[in-house]
Amino acid sequence: MSSWGRLTRLPHEVTRPPFLDDASSVIASPGKPILCRGLGRSYGDVCLNADGRLLVTDRLDRFQWLDLQAGRLRAEAGMSIDRLLRVIVPRGWFLPVTPGTKLVTLGGAVANDVHGKNHELAGTFGAHVERLGLLRSTGETLTLSRDQNAELFAATVGGLGLTGFIQWVELKLVPIRSARLDTDTLPIKDVDDFFRIAEASRDWPFTVAWVDCLAKGSDLGRGLFMRGRWAETGGLAVHRSPRLGFAPELPGFLLNAVTMRAFNALYRNRPHGLGTRTQHYDPFFYPLDALSSWNRLYGRHGFYQHQSVVPFPAARDSVKRMLETTAAQGQGSFLAVLKLMGDTPSPGVLSFPMEGATLALDFPNKGERTRRLLDTLSDEVLANGGRLYPAKDAVMSPAMFRAGYPGWRTVEAWRDPAFGSDFWRRVTGDAA
Amino acid sequence: MSAPCRILVLGASSAMAQAYARLRAAGGASFLLVGLNATRLAAVSGDLRACGAHAAEIITADLADLAGVEGRAAEFRSRLGEPDEVLIAYGELGDQAESERDLDAARHAIDVNFTSVALWILALLKDRPPQAPLNLVVIGSVAGDRGRASNFIYGSAKGALDRFLEGLAQKVAGTPVHVVTVKPGFVDSPMTDAVAKGPLFASPEMVAADIVRAVDKRRRVVYTPWFWWVIMTIIRHLPWFVFKRLRI
Ligand SMILES: Cc1cc2nc3c(=O)[nH]c(=O)nc-3n(C[C@H](O)[C@H](O)[C@H](O)COP(=O)(O)OP(=O)(O)OC[C@H]3O[C@@H](n4cnc5c(N)ncnc54)[C@H](O)[C@@H]3O)c2cc1C
Ligand SMILES: NC(=O)c1ccc[n+]([C@@H]2O[C@H](COP(=O)([O-])OP(=O)(O)OC[C@H]3O[C@@H](n4cnc5c(N)ncnc54)[C@H](OP(=O)(O)O)[C@@H]3O)[C@@H](O)[C@H]2O)c1
Repeated sequence: MSSWGRLTRLPHEVTRPPFLDDASSVIASPGKPILCRGLGRSYGDVCLNADGRLLVTDRLDRFQWLDLQAGRLRAEAGMSIDRLLRVIVPRGWFLPVTPGTKLVTLGGAVANDVHGKNHELAGTFGAHVERLGLLRSTGETLTLSRDQNAELFAATVGGLGLTGFIQWVELKLVPIRSARLDTDTLPIKDVDDFFRIAEASRDWPFTVAWVDCLAKGSDLGRGLFMRGRWAETGGLAVHRSPRLGFAPELPGFLLNAVTMRAFNALYRNRPHGLGTRTQHYDPFFYPLDALSSWNRLYGRHGFYQHQSVVPFPAARDSVKRMLETTAAQGQGSFLAVLKLMGDTPSPGVLSFPMEGATLALDFPNKGERTRRLLDTLSDEVLANGGRLYPAKDAVMSPAMFRAGYPGWRTVEAWRDPAFGSDFWRRVTGDAA
Repeated sequence: MSAPCRILVLGASSAMAQAYARLRAAGGASFLLVGLNATRLAAVSGDLRACGAHAAEIITADLADLAGVEGRAAEFRSRLGEPDEVLIAYGELGDQAESERDLDAARHAIDVNFTSVALWILALLKDRPPQAPLNLVVIGSVAGDRGRASNFIYGSAKGALDRFLEGLAQKVAGTPVHVVTVKPGFVDSPMTDAVAKGPLFASPEMVAADIVRAVDKRRRVVYTPWFWWVIMTIIRHLPWFVFKRLRI
């Protein structure tokens, strides 16, 4: 089994129970350490448990109920956002928060307390979760909410799957009148320009910037700023299945600075790319889903993603330094994403978002050289009071983790003793 | 609006049946879901209602219980009303090696996959109003196309089912009853969890979409995914002296 970054391929005892009843008996039976896994869209090792057991939830994807009047639902935790949207969009509802791919499960979205392009306005996914059903390895089932088992709720949202098996998720939806968004794309000259445009876009609910991370000097931070809001008209058509099939595993030499420079230039100069238009939610929220398994393009050694958040006021200079470091190394990637995060408090003890700027960078795995670069970036984040996103991480040190997530001992205290993950063993080490 | 399509599903907790029922639910069908386990059926029912089913009632039954077939078929028909569509999806792969030595296991494999299915069909067709349209959709298998050393007990039951449906289809040709034999290849479902999964495996959703197309286009037999038609045509035509050496 691997995660999305395909950095390791280690053996696991895998089960894929078709119904909650047999999932429950797996959880309650003794054995090696266990971990639940959704669609494995986490890049690093939060969804891995080498030599232990993995309970894959993809078959647990049923609605338990759907209230179309109130816009609320309860579904088994293996329900994917893809399937959820197919059912709710035609009836005029959408998720209040969605990550940049629809191929994630509700359980995975809760356990990483994911964020979307509207973080400033809506907070994290967990902010819209009303109740969770949690099964502990003792066989006990608990309902968690802000009022009921509140501490365990806070440890489970963003809890990286360690507090037990999330059986079902109950959440609120938002009404939409159209499946399309009114969008606007602006060029960004440099990092300062990004902060200026982001500031001026406060009344746009959805914002994100793509940055050319090979640009240096006065061009540092150039890219595109995309903003959007739900349109009023345009119909409620759901997304289609991807037309482009499986991506091939590219040989490593194709992923060099030259090809990336070409890609970045193409992306920046996309014809008709700039200005206002209406777009379906699928290309706007989920551009990468058009090519399934695009992660294979990074070759057989896999790739890393660095995603950090640095609080204000250090954020601006810190982002500049991180982009400088990346550009100087020429190891940059296809995808560099920059976005502001808002001050809505996250419901989870280990939730990643905090008010500031978040930067995400992909790096093909070139061994020691790449890990050194990642360490340099981590040091920059740590020095400015920021933290790394566990869902994307494969390298952070225990010290880095504990500094970024001082509440980790609370989650350790609520961890189900039968549960474990490669990530948790790595970052808590002997201290846990 | 016309009355919702009434669909009887035998083996409603099967992966393929669920995927198919979801597609039909989106069109507002009304279901009677039959299977072994009430909790599982309730989970399926909740899901189908959320994705558009008009109704989704459940009844538990051991569908391989041959003695119960006639009485229970009448019960299903009175509970749902005469179905417009019947999907028969239950089945069991069994263990070939075990069934070769344990005759009870062998008989069970044949009963589940052939005898009971045939009896359900006969019982459901008995005394049906002749003008009432019916889609009878039965999941067979490519394994029934040729007897193979590795699973000829299961395979022969599916093969017998194939012949049964062929004859039935001939009998009802020209009536409003339409018989569809579905022949999936390898499908990634709990039934095949013990088998190492390779690139030839299809998802239950792909199979379900093929079944919908086959029913709507009134196909007699459908291989799913389609390339199994090619594979099985070759395998069916291999001369014995070649076939006997194949270890498949
Ligand atoms: C293209 C792409 C874009 C992305 N964009 C964003 C983004 O914009 N914002 C963002 O926040 N993230 C983003 N991500 C990351 C992704 O949203 C998260 O990693 C998400 O958690 C993955 O969900 P999953 O179902 O694949 O879970 P997995 O990766 O399989 O598991 C994630 C965690 O959830 C736990 N888990 C899963 N199911 C259960 C359960 N039933 N009970 C208990 N624990 C469980 C696992 O143990 C693990 O700790 C992106 C990922 C990709 C590939
Ligand atoms: N999977 C494949 O590769 C494949 C290939 C070709 C054909 N098929 C055929 O496709 C059909 C559907 O299988 P699937 O792949 O969807 O597998 P599945 O999910 O394992 O479904 C099999 C279903 O049959 C039910 N069942 C078994 N015995 C029963 C009985 N006596 N009474 C009531 N229900 C019974 C099981 O109920 P419980 O869950 O309650 O046990 C289960 O829901 C079967 O006919 C199978 O032979 C499968």
